[in-house]
Amino acid sequence: MEIALGHYLTAAAIVFTLGVFGIFLNRKNVIIILMSIELMLLAVNINLVAFSAHAGDLVGQVFAMFVLTVAAAEATIGLSILVVYFRNQGTVAVEDINLMRG
Amino acid sequence: MILQTVSFYVFVMVLVGSAVLVISARNPVHSVLFLVLAFFSAAALFVLAGAEFLAMILVIVYVGAVAVLFLFVVMMLDINFVRMREGFLQYLPIGMTVGLLLLAELVLVVGTLVSAPEVAAGAAPMPAMDQVTNTEALGNLLYTRYIYLFQAAGMILLVGMIGAIVLTHRVRTGVRKQSLAAQVARTRAEAVELKKVTPRSGI
Repeated sequence: MEIALGHYLTAAAIVFTLGVFGIFLNRKNVIIILMSIELMLLAVNINLVAFSAHAGDLVGQVFAMFVLTVAAAEATIGLSILVVYFRNQGTVAVEDINLMRG
Repeated sequence: MILQTVSFYVFVMVLVGSAVLVISARNPVHSVLFLVLAFFSAAALFVLAGAEFLAMILVIVYVGAVAVLFLFVVMMLDINFVRMREGFLQYLPIGMTVGLLLLAELVLVVGTLVSAPEVAAGAAPMPAMDQVTNTEALGNLLYTRYIYLFQAAGMILLVGMIGAIVLTHRVRTGVRKQSLAAQVARTRAEAVELKKVTPRSGI
């Protein structure tokens, strides 16, 4: 790999931070929060691939594939819960979701 | 070499810019589209790092399936997004504080990173690109040493699929559907009735 490892890691760190920041910024919108989680998982994948290329070790890429699998399943379940909740309650605003609070 | 470096920085800038727009766009549909752009740039970064198979998977699975799923949900649900943006700036200071602290910590870690010498040996050394392609090498590893994990990943996807169907499937009542069996089983006796119509009187 010609590009230094630190550059990849810094880019991934910035994207991860943006994901965390997005969760804070969009406290009321579940869909944007889910997208922020996807961004954070993407940053983790960039890290894994960068380390894999740096160390010349394929295990990192295998691991990144498993992260992709779990992220896809997580997005599916999250979105279907969102659809069901919207169907029952007519809203997906985070501050209205307090049925379990008692 | 110089082309690689330039394209790396271009893709990183596109990635970071689209990530900023994902979390700050006014319209969630635009957010999803910028998420697609972010995934594309990340796939380009993967190609630069020599992980072509993962790059293609990222484009196919994420851009082709997950982002479209997000798009469907955003467009299907009739959500008042204007009300959701109220108090957007209220969380800016705390979010900024936490984000900057996290970024500083991460950059500090990256800056002081020293890889251990035994890491260079590697558990599964990457073969040279001109002998075995990335996809083939990954398959060789995935279908032998990590076969159980691979099967487990398949099970996770299966559970996710079944879960999504169970959650969102509903049986609607009062929907009239075509019943082919009932149509074919009709006889002339129950379908046609002959009436004797007398002139100038009607039925």
